Amino acid sequence: MAPLVPMSQPWVEKYRPRQVKDVAHQEEVIRVLNNTLQTADLPHMLFYGPPGTGKTTTALAIAYQLYGPELYKSRVLELNASDDRGINVVRTKIKNFAAVAVGTARKAGYPCPPYKIIILDEADSMTEDAQNALRRTTETYSKVTRFFFICNYISRIIEPLASRCAKFRFKPLSEEVMSSRIMHICNEEGLNLNAQAMSTLSVISQGDLRRAITYLQSAARLFGSSISSSDLISVSGVIPEDVVKSLLAACRSGEFDVANKEVSSIIADGYPVSQLMAQFLDVIVSADDIPDDQKARICKKLGETDKCLVDGADEYLQLLDVASETIRSLFNMPRTLVF
Amino acid sequence: MLWVDKYRPKTLDKVTVHDQVARNLRKFVSEQDCPHLLFYGPSGSGKKTLILALIKQMFGAGAEKVKLENKTWKIDTGTRTLEIELAMLSSAHHVEMNPSDAGFQDRYVVQEIIKEMAKNRPIDAKGRRAFKVLVLNEVDKLSREAQHSLRRTMEKYSSSCRLILCCNSSSKVTEAVRSRCLNVRVNAPSEDQIVQVLEFIGKKENLILPAGFAARIAAQSNRNLRRAILFFETCKVQQYPFTSNQVAPPLDWEQYVSEIATDILTEQSPKRLFDVRQKFYELLVNCIPPESILKKLLAELLRKLDADLKYEICRWAAHYEHKMRLGSKAIFHLEAFVAKFMSIYKEFLVATFG
Repeated sequence: MAPLVPMSQPWVEKYRPRQVKDVAHQEEVIRVLNNTLQTADLPHMLFYGPPGTGKTTTALAIAYQLYGPELYKSRVLELNASDDRGINVVRTKIKNFAAVAVGTARKAGYPCPPYKIIILDEADSMTEDAQNALRRTTETYSKVTRFFFICNYISRIIEPLASRCAKFRFKPLSEEVMSSRIMHICNEEGLNLNAQAMSTLSVISQGDLRRAITYLQSAARLFGSSISSSDLISVSGVIPEDVVKSLLAACRSGEFDVANKEVSSIIADGYPVSQLMAQFLDVIVSADDIPDDQKARICKKLGETDKCLVDGADEYLQLLDVASETIRSLFNMPRTLVF
Repeated sequence: MLWVDKYRPKTLDKVTVHDQVARNLRKFVSEQDCPHLLFYGPSGSGKKTLILALIKQMFGAGAEKVKLENKTWKIDTGTRTLEIELAMLSSAHHVEMNPSDAGFQDRYVVQEIIKEMAKNRPIDAKGRRAFKVLVLNEVDKLSREAQHSLRRTMEKYSSSCRLILCCNSSSKVTEAVRSRCLNVRVNAPSEDQIVQVLEFIGKKENLILPAGFAARIAAQSNRNLRRAILFFETCKVQQYPFTSNQVAPPLDWEQYVSEIATDILTEQSPKRLFDVRQKFYELLVNCIPPESILKKLLAELLRKLDADLKYEICRWAAHYEHKMRLGSKAIFHLEAFVAKFMSIYKEFLVATFG
């Protein structure tokens, strides 16, 4: 049997920062955390923000900096949405871990404070009952256990828990921040990325560095070391611009059957309609020759359709409805038929 | 054997309709590493064919020796014990299943099967890969909780288990799952490509195709390759040699929906609505998905309406289909749509003709 070629690690994990100060450009968060790490007196923490902005990375980096790799396994409990997170888990696993006394082992070079850490990643998918059950636990064991909550929307965390935590908001990454990180990875992996491709990568990943790195790795795997704009677009699932423009052109024609044919073609080509809604919105908003009241009417319909799609409605019917309403808006037909 | 299975490409090199996608997939095999994949596109476009060809390319001929087994899991959630039974196809190297068949308990199935595959990883990997492949069909029908469960599980066990997700529409797959997979869009074949496939099958079966015959079937199939091949075989069974103007008979349920549309347009009265309800029950009892009924009904109605009415009708079709997703009794929403259509149409007729 030929020896296996070593499995390539996902670059998202390979280039994950190991130190708090290396987390890309969340300056306010990093400054406060660095100060806190000196004293090793951590409050409960609540990290929130869009996906791919370094929340989990920061939590793991804190734990590594406090304990080092050996003690990490015994002092840190990490739970994600994939582990059952109902009230029963809170009553058993979390409480049992929180109640156990801290060991006396220390590691040279690391502060090893006298408490354990529980990281609850994707905390917004916890049930409200489970969150309520955590309230007393966070208070009772605060001497020996600190909790890190990580979520995308702080509104999903119940107020009693949020009020017990120090809150840190992680901002979406800007283009130049992402560019420096991407350039670093390109240099390490021997890739060529021109300025246009870099700009495209920032646009399609929308401030999500994990997504940007994943797209970059996928494109490198498929297209070799020279990567162009269209390569990134094809791996990301973003819809080509001419498709969106042809939909708008079909709506401008004012013929329902023309728009219906275009909608059927888009559905048959397999483009995700929720993605198409976002791009269609951009095209409508930036169109110069559409009056504001017509834009408002179309955007209202796009918002309603996005909600229907999230509820699981059929894509063809929803897209046909959007096209129909766009035609009626562009030609100032009334919203409801009157005879 | 049906032609649709007989002439399905078994390897990536023989894939004709999506040769570019197949070429890309072959790179993963040659690079000895395969990320998690998400295949999406309309039905009948070749997603499953590409997946099976990819698995065979990765694991060799052993991947074709599959057996169907009914697996039962006993899951202890602390407060109660669940028992879930599910059918799945498995070979020595991969498992294929529809977790959404488990209903709202799909998230337990998703977690347990992946952890189980991670545990059962072969100590001495006789095959060429160190990981197994799990094919999850109809991922867009998974519940939110199940998709959340998938997120971390697929990361945690990625060294021993690779996922291939298959769905019709990636809009219903959460962003977190999509960003952890390589998205492969499989678009429906164009009518020219369908004509090529039909002519290829005709040649293999030693059939003589009249001019325009394959193009007519392709137009009738709505860019669905499976339907096109099935139509082709139906025409052969019905009458051979083919006549120059032969058309494939429509599916039974579609013919039935056409009758419903004709009934609605002919008369708008409570009695007619009652008759239509009986017809809807007949369709639902025969397991036609309600959204397919509604879409087909809309298509039939749109063919016969004035342009002014079309905007209104497609708006209400979208509205009632959305309500159907949120509710549990499809007949309520189907009948409501017909009642609304009758009301609008009758008002239109009265205003137009007095």
